[in-house]
Amino acid sequence: MADEIVAYLTDDGKPIPGVDPPPLEPADLLSLYRTMFFNRRFDERMIRLQRQGRIGFFVGSIGEEAAIIGSAYALRPQDWIVPCYREAGAAFLRGFPLRDFLCQVYGNCEDPIKGRQMPCHWVCARLHLASVSSPVGSQIPHAVGIAMAARLRGLDEVALTYFGDGATSTGTFHVACNFAGVFKAPVVFLCRNNQYAISVPVALQTASRNLAVKAEAYGIHAALADGNDVLAMYAVTREAVERARRGEGATLVEALTYRQGAHTTSDDPRAYRSDEEVEQWRKKDPLLRFRNYLESLGLWDSEQETLLERKLEDEFQELVTQVEPLGPPAPESLFEDVYETIPWHLEEQRDWLRESLMYEATEPGL
Amino acid sequence: MPTLNLLQAVNDALRVVMEQDDRVVVFGEDVGRFGGVFRATQGLQERFGADRVFDTPLAEDGIVGVAVGMALNGLRPVAEIQFADFVYPAFDQLVNEAAKMRYRSGGQFSCPIVVRMPYGGGIRGGHYHSQSPEAYFIHTPGLKVVIPSNPYDAKGLLISAIRDNDPVIFMEPKRLYRAVRGDVPEGDYSVELGKAATVRSGSDVTLIAYGSMVHTVLEAADRMAQDEGLSCEVLDLRTLLPFDIEAVLTSARKTGRVVIVHEAPRTCGFGAELAATISEKALLHLQGPVLRVTGFDTPFPYTLENEYLPNYRRILPAVRKLMEY
Repeated sequence: MADEIVAYLTDDGKPIPGVDPPPLEPADLLSLYRTMFFNRRFDERMIRLQRQGRIGFFVGSIGEEAAIIGSAYALRPQDWIVPCYREAGAAFLRGFPLRDFLCQVYGNCEDPIKGRQMPCHWVCARLHLASVSSPVGSQIPHAVGIAMAARLRGLDEVALTYFGDGATSTGTFHVACNFAGVFKAPVVFLCRNNQYAISVPVALQTASRNLAVKAEAYGIHAALADGNDVLAMYAVTREAVERARRGEGATLVEALTYRQGAHTTSDDPRAYRSDEEVEQWRKKDPLLRFRNYLESLGLWDSEQETLLERKLEDEFQELVTQVEPLGPPAPESLFEDVYETIPWHLEEQRDWLRESLMYEATEPGL
Repeated sequence: MPTLNLLQAVNDALRVVMEQDDRVVVFGEDVGRFGGVFRATQGLQERFGADRVFDTPLAEDGIVGVAVGMALNGLRPVAEIQFADFVYPAFDQLVNEAAKMRYRSGGQFSCPIVVRMPYGGGIRGGHYHSQSPEAYFIHTPGLKVVIPSNPYDAKGLLISAIRDNDPVIFMEPKRLYRAVRGDVPEGDYSVELGKAATVRSGSDVTLIAYGSMVHTVLEAADRMAQDEGLSCEVLDLRTLLPFDIEAVLTSARKTGRVVIVHEAPRTCGFGAELAATISEKALLHLQGPVLRVTGFDTPFPYTLENEYLPNYRRILPAVRKLMEY
């Protein structure tokens, strides 16, 4: 299983002969494409805002939209998404409001997490989207715990966690896979193998012949998919989710994809990889490929794409215009949510902050 | 009222809370079938089943990481780390994940986990079975740190910790597990987190301790009363984060002399925080500097552990120095 790459579409979007694509209705196909398209345009606009100095930082997912959105599409609303930091597309698919995302990026007074994290560290308990954390791999055991809790509470919920190829070198990846195997947890480990952990190529992360094969050692299921083929990503994830629901345990899915852009806006990939390499992967672009497929089915054309692009651009501009002028969170909010109730030492420190702010207000020269 | 040792009190607390609350699950290495290497969870798997009381693979970051996930999805995990000396692989999960979940989610998630761990020396355990790592966790916004010194408090504090909606590091003085006994009420009661206990009233000097050192300090207070005619007040902090500032300052102002005793290393140990706070808030009441009697800034030794651990021979000179200051 771990050596056979599941794919339904060729690089130019033609159905691969002899394999039946997953049974998705035209409405599903269009929904997948629209979300991928939205994600791409969103990333481009956010990177532009960063380059203009209007936001501090951004993590994009250009080139990985199929891996992210195809897999998330296989989940039901009650299933959990335990993200890395590159899966905004999955959050948007779930219905995470773009406005909330932008407010978080700006860290303003309407940011749902009150300006406490760098951009792209979104969370939404209501939508079962766990909190993004920067240290690589730290979220993977959380998904196992969420899944074990669901089973113990008799809830029909599966947890899917995303991580990159670099995360497979962490201890928490290993312990999470091992716990999932031992406890047969209803969890899906979704590894976006985008070929690089910042600058380090996957060949320097592991001597395994691929990443999916690691599942074997933990006694969990494995799947290897063309991560730029959204149909393949949907199909393998769907199968993994169904398996988890049936009580047959966890699956490690490796999505073979490529990070076309920089690691983050703070990174310059030209320092560690060639333009030729990037160009090779651009030819396998997940959006291009899926769009060709939809066009061949008569479901999509450039007119619809232009209309969608314009609509997205208008919405985006409108929201940026709304949120950009919003001020920062109240200074006192610094002390909220450290604990359920504010203990004495934080009350005291909050008073010190208040005093210092009053001092600044009365002593403008400082 | 039954007389229990500290270990039985811990076991009783788990039993009481698990009876009442289906969300409480207990797990760790050797915790299930065997009932824990110290037997703190003995009989719980038989009573509550292997779904709620279970053995885990041997990985502390996995134990705590899975506990965090369980808490996100509505459970109240009580994880055991077999020895506090083994908690470091789980440090990231505690400090960056559990402690920050409420904050970084803007209050959307909480992380009500309890991580129990036997700590401290006096059992001939050497470096890897004797450490007192409380300061690392007290330095971590988002965690609470609790250390009981007797069976009554152990049960009442553990019940409070499990019901608390924030992550709690619950450190158990393993040297006292079977060495102290006391009356422990049956059934449900709690000891409020954040409240110290004045275990002895006195007028000359305040001795502040927690966990196993409470007994060392009480013994010292007895001998100083007998040999030196000194009246020592003894404060058992019970909760270290957030600590009971009122109790600490009230006693410091009353006696004007404070000695803090802990077995953890001296530099940046919790005594330093207490000393600084007392100096900031009660300086004019003090007859001399706040002194610390602590473990040395060495690794915890095997053969020379009695030389390492604070005892009467080290507490007395500190008190004398203050009396003569």
